[in-house]
Amino acid sequence: MVNVLKSGFFTTVQDTGRFGYRDKGVPVSGIMDDLTVNQINGLLENDPKAAVLEITMTGPTLLFGEATHVVLGGAQMSATLNNTPIENHKIYAVSEGDILSYGKLEKGFRGYLAIKDGFKTDAVLGSKSMFFQVTPTNHISDGDVLAFDRDMSFEPKITAFKTEDLLDENVLEVFKGPEYGILVDKQLERIFSDGFLVSKENNRMAYQLQETVLGHGHTMLTSATLPGTVQLTPEGRLIILMKDGQTTGGYPRILQLSKKAIAILAQKKFSDTISFKLV
Amino acid sequence: MNDYPIRIRSFGVHAILVEWPDQVDTVVLNDILQYAQCLREHFKAEPIALVTAYNSLTLISEREPLDLKEMESTLFALYEKRTGTPPGQKYLWRLPVCYDAEFGIDLEAVSDRLGLSTEELITLHTKNSYTVYGIGFLPGFMYLGGLTAALEIPRRPKPRLRVRKGAVGLAGKQTGIYPQESPGGWNIIGNCSVPIFDATKETPCLISVGDQVQFYAISRSEYELHKIEGEVGIYQVEKSLLNG
Repeated sequence: MVNVLKSGFFTTVQDTGRFGYRDKGVPVSGIMDDLTVNQINGLLENDPKAAVLEITMTGPTLLFGEATHVVLGGAQMSATLNNTPIENHKIYAVSEGDILSYGKLEKGFRGYLAIKDGFKTDAVLGSKSMFFQVTPTNHISDGDVLAFDRDMSFEPKITAFKTEDLLDENVLEVFKGPEYGILVDKQLERIFSDGFLVSKENNRMAYQLQETVLGHGHTMLTSATLPGTVQLTPEGRLIILMKDGQTTGGYPRILQLSKKAIAILAQKKFSDTISFKLV
Repeated sequence: MNDYPIRIRSFGVHAILVEWPDQVDTVVLNDILQYAQCLREHFKAEPIALVTAYNSLTLISEREPLDLKEMESTLFALYEKRTGTPPGQKYLWRLPVCYDAEFGIDLEAVSDRLGLSTEELITLHTKNSYTVYGIGFLPGFMYLGGLTAALEIPRRPKPRLRVRKGAVGLAGKQTGIYPQESPGGWNIIGNCSVPIFDATKETPCLISVGDQVQFYAISRSEYELHKIEGEVGIYQVEKSLLNG
C-alpha cells in the first residue's frame, strides 16, 4: 500500500473510465491524458485498465509500504524518490519505506503515476475513476491509504523510452461537430485563424476559453455530448467538455476534438495558448 | 408507425448522431426508442452506448472508431426494420413530493407570481404525468416534458450555489428533480423523498428515457418515514407497466 503523507493540489485515482451509464447521465470520467498513461502502463506491462494517480499542478508525498515498480509520465513536476530526482517514462523499483515526492511544476499540468498492476482502490459502477457525484470522494486526501499488490518478481523488458513530447504541442485537431453548420464566416475566421487562451475555468469537467467569438441565437433540443465536444454559448464563449463533462447539453456542438487533442488539452493550464486545426 | 426523415452523420470518429425532426413529441420519442431497441439487438456484442434525448439518438463506441461510410446503409436498413423488434418496457413511476415550506423554498413566491394559491399549484403539478425525454446534465437528472402552461415560470435570475438533493423545481417548460446537491437556477417547490440516483446500486437509476413520472403530495411525516425506509433499504417506488 501507499500512505498519502500529503495529497497535493488535486490528486485522483483514474482508470480508462466508467462505461455503460451514459444513458443515466453518468460521465465516462477516466484519465485525461490517456496517450501518456497508455505508454506508462505499457512500460509496466500492465492491463490498459490499470488504475493510476492523476496529479494536477502540485504533486503529493507518498510513502510506499511495500516493494513495487513505478513509472511517471505527463507533466514534469520535479519528482524525487528518497530525495533523488527521477525522470518521466522510466521504470523505478521502489522498496518498503521509500518516499516519492514532487516539487515545482516545470511543464504541462497533469502528471501520472503508474504502479505495477495498478492501484487496487474500490470500483464504483465498474470503474475506479473518482468522480464527485458517483464515488464517495473526488480526490485523495492526506492520510489516505491506497492499496496495490506487492510485486517482487517483475523484470521489465525495457526500462525506459523516449517519446514524442505532447507537452510542447498546442494545436488541437478537431472534426466538424453536429452544429458546425451554424457558424458564420466571422466566427469561422476567428476560431481557425488565431489562438485562444485557456481561462481560469478549467477542470476535469470542462475547459473554457478566454476569448469569445461572435455570439449566436441558435436554439436546439438537448442532445448527447462527448469528452472533447466544443460547445458555443449564445454569448460566443467556447466550452470544451472533458472526461467528467456532462453527457447531454443544449449548446451547439460546433467542433469535436480528436483523442490526441483531448490529451494535449489535458496538459494545458490557465493562460496557456491553444489553437484549432480542422482535419 | 410513421417513418420520419431521419438524418445520420458522424460526431467525431467514435460517435454517430441520428436525428429526427426538431420537435418535442412522444410519438417521435417512441420512434427513437423503438429504433434504439433494434440497434441494441443488432450491436449487442459490441461496446456501443446509445444516448437518447428528445429528437436524437447517439451511438458512441467505447473503443474502436465508428466508420459512418461503412455503417450508414446498415443504420438506414435497421430503421426500416425497427418495427420488427418488440418495444422495450416502459413504466409510470409515482414519486412522492413533500411541498412543505421547508423544502419548497420558492413555492409561495412562485404561486404568487403565477396567480395561484399554493394548493392550486400543487394540484396542477401533481395532476399530469410527465414524459422523460432525456437523462443528463447530472447523473439521474431527468428532462421532463408535459408541464401545463399555467406552471411555466422563468428560471431564477441568479442560480443558487447549492440546491439540496431531491429538490423539485420549475423552469420554463420544464419540471424536474435535482438528483444530487448541486448549483441550480430552477425555482424550488418541494422535495422528493425517493433517491433518483444511487451509485451504490447495480442499477443506479431505475428510471429510463421514455418512462413517465407522476408526482403525488405527501406530508412532512410521510416524508420522514420514506427517508428512513430508504436508508434501511425497504422503500419500494410505486411503478406500473405502461405497455406490454
